[in-house]
Amino acid sequence: MSEYIRNLSIIAHIDHGKSTLADRLMEHTGAVTEREMREQLLDTMDLERERGITIKAQSVRLSHEYQGHDYQINLIDTPGHVDFSYEVSRSLAACDGAVLLVDAAQGAQAQTLANAYLAIEAGLEIVPVINKIDLPSADPAAASAEIAAILGGDPEDVLAVSAKTGQGISELLDRIIERIPKPSGDLDAPLRALVFDSYFDTYRGVVCSIRVVDGRIRKGEQVLFMATGDKHAANELAVSTPRILPVDQLNAGEVGLLITGVKHIDQIRVGDTVTLVSRPASEPLEGYDEPKPMVFSGLFPSDGDDFERLREALEKLQLNDASLIWEPETSRALGFGFRVGFLGLLHMEIVRERLEREYNLDLVSTAPSVAYRVTLTDDSVIEIRSPQDLPHLTSVAQLEEPYVRAMILSPSEYIGTIMDLVQSRRGAMHHMQYLTPDRVELIYELPLAEVVFDFFDHLKSRTRGYASLDYEPTGYRVSDLVKVDILLAGLPVDAFSTITHRAKAVQYGKGMVETLRELIPRQMFDVPIQAAIGGNIISRETVKARRKDVLAKCYGGDISRKRKLLEKQKEGKKRMKMVGAVEVPQEAFVAALRVDTSDR
Amino acid sequence: MVASPPPSIRPDSPELADQAGEWRSAYVHIPFCARICPYCDFAVVEGRQDLVDRYVSALVSEISMSVDWDTLDAVFIGGGTPSQVAPMLIGEILESLNDKFGLVDGVEVSMEANPEDITARSSRGYRAAGVNRLSMGVQSFDDVVLTALGRQHTGGQALRAIEDARSVFERLSIDLMYGDPTETEASWDRTLDSALAAGADHISAYSLTVELGTPLSRAVAAGAPAPDDDVQADRWERAAERLSERLIRYEVSNYATDAPCKYNLATWAQGEYVAFGLGAHGHRNGIRTRNLRRLDRYIETVEAGQRPIAGETVGSGWDRELERLMLGLRRTAGVVAGAAGQKLLEDHPEFVDAGIIEQREGRIVVVKPLLTDTVIREVLAVPPQE
Ligand SMILES: Nc1nc2c(ncn2[C@@H]2O[C@H](COP(=O)(O)OP(=O)(O)OP(=O)(O)O)[C@@H](O)[C@H]2O)c(=O)[nH]1
Ligand SMILES: C[S@@+](CC[C@H](N)C(=O)[O-])C[C@H]1O[C@@H](n2cnc3c(N)ncnc32)[C@H](O)[C@@H]1O
Ligand code: SF4
Ligand SMILES: [Mg+2]
Repeated sequence: MSEYIRNLSIIAHIDHGKSTLADRLMEHTGAVTEREMREQLLDTMDLERERGITIKAQSVRLSHEYQGHDYQINLIDTPGHVDFSYEVSRSLAACDGAVLLVDAAQGAQAQTLANAYLAIEAGLEIVPVINKIDLPSADPAAASAEIAAILGGDPEDVLAVSAKTGQGISELLDRIIERIPKPSGDLDAPLRALVFDSYFDTYRGVVCSIRVVDGRIRKGEQVLFMATGDKHAANELAVSTPRILPVDQLNAGEVGLLITGVKHIDQIRVGDTVTLVSRPASEPLEGYDEPKPMVFSGLFPSDGDDFERLREALEKLQLNDASLIWEPETSRALGFGFRVGFLGLLHMEIVRERLEREYNLDLVSTAPSVAYRVTLTDDSVIEIRSPQDLPHLTSVAQLEEPYVRAMILSPSEYIGTIMDLVQSRRGAMHHMQYLTPDRVELIYELPLAEVVFDFFDHLKSRTRGYASLDYEPTGYRVSDLVKVDILLAGLPVDAFSTITHRAKAVQYGKGMVETLRELIPRQMFDVPIQAAIGGNIISRETVKARRKDVLAKCYGGDISRKRKLLEKQKEGKKRMKMVGAVEVPQEAFVAALRVDTSDR
Repeated sequence: MVASPPPSIRPDSPELADQAGEWRSAYVHIPFCARICPYCDFAVVEGRQDLVDRYVSALVSEISMSVDWDTLDAVFIGGGTPSQVAPMLIGEILESLNDKFGLVDGVEVSMEANPEDITARSSRGYRAAGVNRLSMGVQSFDDVVLTALGRQHTGGQALRAIEDARSVFERLSIDLMYGDPTETEASWDRTLDSALAAGADHISAYSLTVELGTPLSRAVAAGAPAPDDDVQADRWERAAERLSERLIRYEVSNYATDAPCKYNLATWAQGEYVAFGLGAHGHRNGIRTRNLRRLDRYIETVEAGQRPIAGETVGSGWDRELERLMLGLRRTAGVVAGAAGQKLLEDHPEFVDAGIIEQREGRIVVVKPLLTDTVIREVLAVPPQE
């Protein structure tokens, strides 16, 4: 049967039209009626719709008739943003092929390359497609040439479609059937199914997305999760079309949903292999590499009583976001919270918003930091994920910071300005290669801390939006790092300290002090704000005491109005954090993000 | 000229402050203005002088529809611009108040006026109608500032109007406004000089406030310079220093030689008042009422024989206790602490430590009046005590 199954992901750079293409494929195969259709149907999360980007990979089963046979196509729409490339690699592990989509007006971009390499590494068959050929600015010939250069194929072989008008969609469906190999599993072997995603449903408990590799699973059977050793009944099996349809069994090659009634979240691990208790497989499938968080930030409930709720929320969210890791953290300024690891700043923003929205929490986050490696004088090595964990310098023998290999794709005219930017970020050129005569691929080695924060914004503005960026960690390097402390009214505030390169410390300290001076409202007394390295003050500003805080009049006899106004102002003050005697607004804790340490 | 006040009736005396809570007052609102000033968010209308007669008739009906009460100690005719209404009509209003409630002997009848409307003749008219205290909206004697404020008079006109009014009214108050961005320190000094020399027995000095929804607030939002808090603090201090040469500050923004404005003092003492006219606010039996704020609706409602009440607020016992502190703390005399005040002192030692408030004979006194709202914000959050 698996002869008539095709499993694939759509991969591309951000905004090149993956989700819109998925819309057309669903429409063309009749998975959804015209009435049910809406743009980027698979972007179901509110956040995805508001931002117009895909955050979560989504799978859907389609059926398509080809040469008199009914084919089952399991399609996964993946996100394009660099922060979510872990979603892409997990999706690819459940597939036998991938459609590599390129915007014909923009041409190949960094994540086109990065995702193409992921698919090649996973050994998948790649179907190259250019999209948006309806745009007047589309240059199909150039875009096809670029894809061909990346994949080493023939430009003639690149299919041209418009996910907007539907042009080329039926050819694409045929191409998928012709090119992508049928699943290779063995129906008669013991069951092995890969858990490639999961989420928590209030009624059903944990829902797992699985790809059956070998054997078959029937509703009601006892299953074993090989990594955790947990046994459960397969209470329900289903497929998403994108409506959830119950099925009685899933066979080798198929993709579907497994609901075991598990309510305990820690019993499920994405990347685990499901087998049958009655006839277990001897070897699990190759799982996933643990994702490597790039940045860490403290998340604290605004209301200290919400600490336990935040823990539960993180646990539930982790089911749906396998890349999330955290550990408890205590801050003198902010109380009890968690140090959370993220794949990038967008990921950080999304996680925070999902926690706030989906779990109704109000959170304060602290400035993000990368993880540093510290060798102590007794030769032991520790990793610190928060500047406040840096041991006293007398016991530190050596400090190392993480580096990345950054790939920048850009029109060649911007090479000069990109070089300048990278240099100001302590980067070194690794190599440079022309993809086509006017598009160049630049490879640099850079400290991660110089890349994750505002590097991309600067890159975009210097290249008028034409350059794109991808990066991957390459390991640690010794670096001349210092810790910058920020003192409010003479007291160091743990949540404000930062580790930075010595050459940038003064600039950073000044920037941070200035930013805080703008953000901290005037109080009843002068509030000195200082930046210090070791014991040395490198910068100082003062928020002068408030001098006037009184309304001129009582609005004639309208007493209630004045009262309401003052009460509202008091409410606003409740959202401040008391640091010693100083009222600090919550946004001050991420102020470091606004500090510009690049050359201006 | 006016003699120094005898110590027994100082306008800032605690006895007077507390006694004012017993006075009965009436507030009458006149919404008409020749031109609406860009900073003003009072209930005002421009270019509707055709409606003055109907409006005054409505006022008279509203007064007659009101529930009965005792004789009044003070009447305040405010605006808007009451001097846009002829003396005869003001007389009718006062007469109907007298018919309805009666006015005590020596009743204080204040009326607001704009300088461009005031002559010796009009002054005599208002005096004859029963007004015995005139409050003139001078704002500044500096023509640059007056123009920036969008006022219709000049400094010279204001001086002449004051002179004319003084020949008729023994009690005259001047409203000043400081902190417009065009105003300099020297300009404010000259305004204070002129105000002192004019011989008024009462001066109100308000900091220009950017009220939401006014043309001024829109201009500021669009990038026009806004009044600066620190500059206004300087100006307030300057006013407090200069005006003390002849007057005594008895509230954040108010100064008097001997007699304060009774109606104002009564409001700060949480006293009761009936209120008539567009958008007017009343306070009786623990209930705060507010009138309709749209002119046609107000007139039509009253003409249909209904009271023009738009809504009312009934505060709980504790709410009223906090309100008592909120109002009283604006006065130089401070306020009797009571349970809520005691709790404030316990929970916020920092106010005493920072020298913002002091405790004096069971009273709380704000000694840094510029920070009054810092204190009041915490007052309003004091939880109910048994
Ligand atoms: N003109 C035109 N616009 C298209 C076409 N395909 C997609 N778009 C538009 O391109 C934008 C991005 O489309 P999406 O489908 O959300 O792109 P995506 O690749 O899923 O984006 P991410 O999931 O965020 O990586 C949307 O505004 C689409 O309407 C096309 O063929 N022609
Ligand atoms: C409502 S007015 C009525 C009196 C008269 N129409 C006039 O304008 O002079 C009373 C006083 O309130 C003050 N005032 C009005 N709007 C103000 C504002 N936005 N900020 C500060 N004071 C204001 C002025 O000093 C004015 O004299
Ligand atoms: S300030 Fe006086 S004159 Fe100006 S609009 Fe307001 S009430 Fe009328
Ligand atoms: Mg998408």
